[in-house]
Amino acid sequence: MKDWELEAALAALDPFAPETANYELEQYSTSAHLAAQIVLCAARSFGDVEGQVVLDLGCGTGILSCACALAGAARVVGVDVDDTALAAAAENLERCSCEADVDLVRGDVDAAPPLRLAAVPDICVMNPPFGTRNVGVDARFVRFALGRVSSAVYSLHKSSTRAYFVDRAPEWGASAQIVAELKFDLPKTYKFHRDESRDVRVDLIRFAVGGDALPPPPPPPPPGRGKGGKGKGGARGRGRAKGDQRGRGRRR
Amino acid sequence: MLVSNVKGVEECDGYPLQLEIEEMRTEETEFNAFVHRMLPKVRYDALRIAAAAAGCDLPEALDATDEDALRRVHTALCDVHVVKGALVCPKSGRRFPINNGIPNMLLHEDEV
Repeated sequence: MKDWELEAALAALDPFAPETANYELEQYSTSAHLAAQIVLCAARSFGDVEGQVVLDLGCGTGILSCACALAGAARVVGVDVDDTALAAAAENLERCSCEADVDLVRGDVDAAPPLRLAAVPDICVMNPPFGTRNVGVDARFVRFALGRVSSAVYSLHKSSTRAYFVDRAPEWGASAQIVAELKFDLPKTYKFHRDESRDVRVDLIRFAVGGDALPPPPPPPPPGRGKGGKGKGGARGRGRAKGDQRGRGRRR
Repeated sequence: MLVSNVKGVEECDGYPLQLEIEEMRTEETEFNAFVHRMLPKVRYDALRIAAAAAGCDLPEALDATDEDALRRVHTALCDVHVVKGALVCPKSGRRFPINNGIPNMLLHEDEV
């Protein structure tokens, strides 16, 4: 499948409906373009998708699950806590004829006892909540995923949290590598959003399990306004949609 | 059609969860190298128990050269879709319902 075909197939899927999107769960739709870029990056640069078993945590409407299935994943397991989102995901899977390749499960990353899977996924590809409403949920998603996959976790995070994840990864038994800097086009989803859309700078981070892969290369200069500085400065003036960034450095 | 494959079977405290099927659907797909790739990634003992609930008998120990057995594994992994049923924890008896092919692994608030 060509790149544009993948993106076109994903563009036909339904995003979160504004009337059912759950702000507490930070449900923001991943655009077709972004989803395609994430999965193609994993597939092309690392050969991590084709023939692999993929976990999609916080799958929402299932766009990343579909993207992985279309890119040749052997099987995808999409997990979400919200049944409205899962129903939308099921419809989307059908629309791109991926329903046989993707299993959907309703489960909670924060649940105790933790959800266990009968199959060991090779990788996880996810766009977790950024941790604005529920501080630290982004880190809990990453740790949950790292505890289940055999090889790597691809996860989308606000660039302002980059330093945190790169620093913490070794503690979690992984090494973090920033594989792409992307723009998350945040469409107007909730009533308090004033603009039709807004771009948020995000990093696609690849966490390699074991960390015995290549040591992380020096991170590209943070996407600040031409200034240096460590990751954190990037949050200034962009706090509207995703809220403020305080408390971000805390561990849990 | 909405689906859940036997492979997606989850576990909780008890291991593995028992599968109860109210409604299932079988859709034949092509037998190919998929099975060889998937086998190392699934817990075969759990798969075998789930497959038995769906009416596919898998051998206790799998011989990777036994094509007939591999075909049955393929059926369990790819062709059988549980639409409605439940996953039951053998330890606590807690039932996790499966509706429209999606198992609901959430616990009620009073159980947490």
